[in-house]
Amino acid sequence: MRTLVLAEHNASELNANTLNTVTCATALGLVDVLVVGHDCVAVAKECAAIEGVGNVLCIEDAKHAHPLAETLAPILCALGDNYEALLAPASTFGKNIMPRVAALLDVQQISDVCEVIDENTFKRPIYAGNAIATVRSCDAKKVITVRTTAFDAALPTGGSAAIQSLSFETGTDLSTFVSSQLTQSDRPELTSSSVIVSGGRGLGSIESFALLEQLADTLDAAIGASRAAVDAGFAPNDYQIGQTGKVVAPDLYIAVGISGAIQHLAGMKDSRIIVAINNDPDAPIFKVADYGLVADLFEVLPELAQALEQ
Amino acid sequence: MKILVAVKRVVDFNVKIRVQADGSGVNTDGVKMSMNPFDEIAVEEAVRLKEAGIASEVIAISIGEGKAQDTIRTALALGADRGIHIQTDDVIEPLLAAKTLKEIVDREQPDLVMLGKQAIDDDANQTPQMLAALLGWGQGTFASSLEISSTHVTVVREIDGGLETLSLKLPCVISTDLRLNEPRYASLPNIMKAKKKPIETFSLDDLGVAASQRLQVITVEEPPHRQAGQIVASVSELVEKLKTQAKVI
Repeated sequence: MRTLVLAEHNASELNANTLNTVTCATALGLVDVLVVGHDCVAVAKECAAIEGVGNVLCIEDAKHAHPLAETLAPILCALGDNYEALLAPASTFGKNIMPRVAALLDVQQISDVCEVIDENTFKRPIYAGNAIATVRSCDAKKVITVRTTAFDAALPTGGSAAIQSLSFETGTDLSTFVSSQLTQSDRPELTSSSVIVSGGRGLGSIESFALLEQLADTLDAAIGASRAAVDAGFAPNDYQIGQTGKVVAPDLYIAVGISGAIQHLAGMKDSRIIVAINNDPDAPIFKVADYGLVADLFEVLPELAQALEQ
Repeated sequence: MKILVAVKRVVDFNVKIRVQADGSGVNTDGVKMSMNPFDEIAVEEAVRLKEAGIASEVIAISIGEGKAQDTIRTALALGADRGIHIQTDDVIEPLLAAKTLKEIVDREQPDLVMLGKQAIDDDANQTPQMLAALLGWGQGTFASSLEISSTHVTVVREIDGGLETLSLKLPCVISTDLRLNEPRYASLPNIMKAKKKPIETFSLDDLGVAASQRLQVITVEEPPHRQAGQIVASVSELVEKLKTQAKVI
């Protein structure tokens, strides 16, 4: 089976979730990677170095400076003729584009694949991960988004794929990029960080939420949040972890003042070690935590940061 | 402006679902069902646009068994003007839902279609994008704010890195995210009024849509369970355990 992975990137760097997507694709067959963007040669080179990648297809054009589903979908459909499976990470990037591709190809997409059984059969979470469905696709071509936390990252070095530049006439007035406000942070990226400190409603205010900073600094951790904390305005939307936010699986997840609604657990329960700090001993988060500390978070947070610094 | 809102009947978000022992699926017998929460946000937004004088009519549509009418009634009680029910007992995958909705869009010619970004049962997150593709329209997915002019919609989207603003030509499809609005509760008088609002019913045959299931569900199982761990007494014990037992720091 020949597969094509759509790379997610910001023109200068490849998003690490593409490496996990390549691993999923490798379970299906040969892997090519498609890079669409503006001034993105560096990304194409990064993709060519990924172990297991056969060819890198690169489409560069100023109009691809910001990925729009309306312009990318026709490209994937046209290139799709040469492939039996098209894959992208199940990030907001992949989720936006791939269903549009699938519908144009008359394919029922398989979302959030977390395991490949064979080339037609896949496992995927449903009901916020409270059930796992095994589904068999009868479409000749597969369109897949990948739950990237369920697959190891492909090695970023060792490959020597050929880079092929393509041009593709595509243009649409259906949608136009206006602006973006991306969260600026020197911290590790949330979905690929090995340590995450995450805050919930229990923090009580935007000022208190900032208490997580010291702990995160000490651990070189990313900062996440529950939906309640984001809705309350303590943290920006891109911090949200859960069924409808980001899905993470770090080595260490420290949940502070998070009660543990099933929608939140859906986004973090595959973490290797979970620590919960909450003053409510009955909080559901303790049912999934490896280590629970029933305490006032305002007392223990500074103490914990200090203890870890030593 | 005419707005079409699609609503899905799903297991209520507060229900802790149970997987059937024989692996055939999730138990929905006697389980509380509600409108998909993301669709509620879509209905609320459409109704607000009507209240603001931007929309002239809001139509709520649902696909599914007879009880999907309850979900349509809920949308009518929230302020939608009339309903369309596509009655079917077939399994409706996102592609089939999008094809069905397209037939209604072709008949009704709305200027805007709004749907929740995902249904909380299958968590597919596909139908809005697929509908936009089939219609050849622009798509504004994961919307957290909308601004509508006579020819375009400016949509702010919640993306992994933050927020992105797009301008979409009308007509277009919008998929709604959590922070677009906070849906109202239906008042008793409005629930009573909703009973008198019209609901038109079609079958898939009426629309010329052929039911087809592309994804065969082989089995549904429980995910691996995490064991609850230990409660530690102090910060120092926690740090000690993380270092020596879990070895993560």
